[in-house]
Amino acid sequence: MPYDLTITGLEKSFGGSQVLGPVDLSLSAGTITAIIGRSGCGKTTLLRCLGRLEAPSAGTITIGDGSVNPSDIGYVFQEPRLMPWLTVAQNAAFGLGGWTEEARSAAVREALESVGLHGQERALPKQLSGGMAQRAALARALAPRPKLILLDEPFSALDPFTREQMQDHLLQLHRHYNSTMVLITHDMDEALALADRIIVLHGPPGRVLADFTPGLARPVARISSSFFTWKRRLTALFSGHRGVEALGDDDDAAAA
Amino acid sequence: MRKLPAPGWLAGLLIPAILLAFWQAVVMAGLVPAAILPPPSLVLATLGAMAQSGEMAQALAATGSRIAWGFVLGASAATLLGGLCGASPRARALLDPLIQALRSVPSLAWVPLFILWLGIFEASKITLVAVGVFFPVYLNLLSGIANVDRKLLEVGRVLGFPAWRRLLRIQLPAALPAYVVGLRSGLGLGWMFVAAAELLGASSGLGFILDDGEQTGRPERVMAALILFGLCGKLTDMVLASAGRRLVAWQDIEIR
Repeated sequence: MPYDLTITGLEKSFGGSQVLGPVDLSLSAGTITAIIGRSGCGKTTLLRCLGRLEAPSAGTITIGDGSVNPSDIGYVFQEPRLMPWLTVAQNAAFGLGGWTEEARSAAVREALESVGLHGQERALPKQLSGGMAQRAALARALAPRPKLILLDEPFSALDPFTREQMQDHLLQLHRHYNSTMVLITHDMDEALALADRIIVLHGPPGRVLADFTPGLARPVARISSSFFTWKRRLTALFSGHRGVEALGDDDDAAAA
Repeated sequence: MRKLPAPGWLAGLLIPAILLAFWQAVVMAGLVPAAILPPPSLVLATLGAMAQSGEMAQALAATGSRIAWGFVLGASAATLLGGLCGASPRARALLDPLIQALRSVPSLAWVPLFILWLGIFEASKITLVAVGVFFPVYLNLLSGIANVDRKLLEVGRVLGFPAWRRLLRIQLPAALPAYVVGLRSGLGLGWMFVAAAELLGASSGLGFILDDGEQTGRPERVMAALILFGLCGKLTDMVLASAGRRLVAWQDIEIR
């Protein structure tokens, strides 16, 4: 069962300077939620709090029923962060300590196949392209079959073609693994193409500016009028800080 | 324009060959008395005689055994303490100031104490070599662990690795390049310290030949021992460097 997630009054300060919060959110199990916002608005800090890389200054985060095994949470960073001395297969198995050899091999094989790295098991990270390295990092996060996957701008360093391919791939993986996914991005197209729900953070300190469900039909056609309408709404939101609801009627009329 | 081929290992012999020829010419021309600077031909003949009589093999075995034991003991202690201080801030706070203070003691100043404690035979010499090997290995390992990329350590943290597992799976492998440099520096100092130990009192070994040559006024024996020291040091360093290159073959660097 994928995890749901409840964030209550979350705040984070560094050296007396508040960078995040208070944030209150409740994310449903099995959904993809994109958190978007300008650079420095606190979205990565929010994700790092969820991944327990930062301790909140105030507030609580409840994942699932509260008793979470670390291997049930997958984390994909902006950069692949592969261990350079390990092969692709060994990197994918990095979080599988304590598993039997048989179960580990099966999980690694499945994860590498699902990200399209079958046949690259023995390659070292230095032999991989940027896209392949990021897919290997995704395989490492997927191999323990996590119930929650946290993705911190995972495709931002990739070229546009590879990025779009990886986004489609992520949707397939979501269908296959049915994990809850939280995606940090500053790319509106990426958020609209992948997410069931989009949360706009504004800051610092990062606070929720808007929270909406586009409801676009999957797979999302990136040249459809509804896609462009939502993109215009988001652009207007970023440029003028207007609420999504206020923009809705005008834009629907414009799109029609 | 044709590019010149890259110089191979033979290029490293060019300057020594020119120096040897110059040395021979200077002595043959009578510019320096042979009693002060024996010609290379005489040194070579001395080396041949030492090899034939078995003196060379005996000296190499004695010095080699001291270096080997000293290196194993010094490097083992340094690895243990360097790993401990690298992994645990508490152990580092307790042990590192003492180790750094001991490092400031001139190496030869240990000799009287080692002779008093361990006698004039093998134990004191091996201990002196071990002291020489210890510090470069300890310092390089400690700095290698301390400088491990925070981003790699975060991968271990999101996977829920405890400190000991982060040390074994991330910090020690990542510190391997620095560790190899420490081993090579340690071995170099080990050769320096074995010469000092043998000069201060030994009845066998290359240092003994140095001392004997000086006492009996035979500089060709001193030169022969110096050449053997140089060759052995270079040979053992080549073996260690070659093994080290294999260990860190995963590094994404260009070897020039």
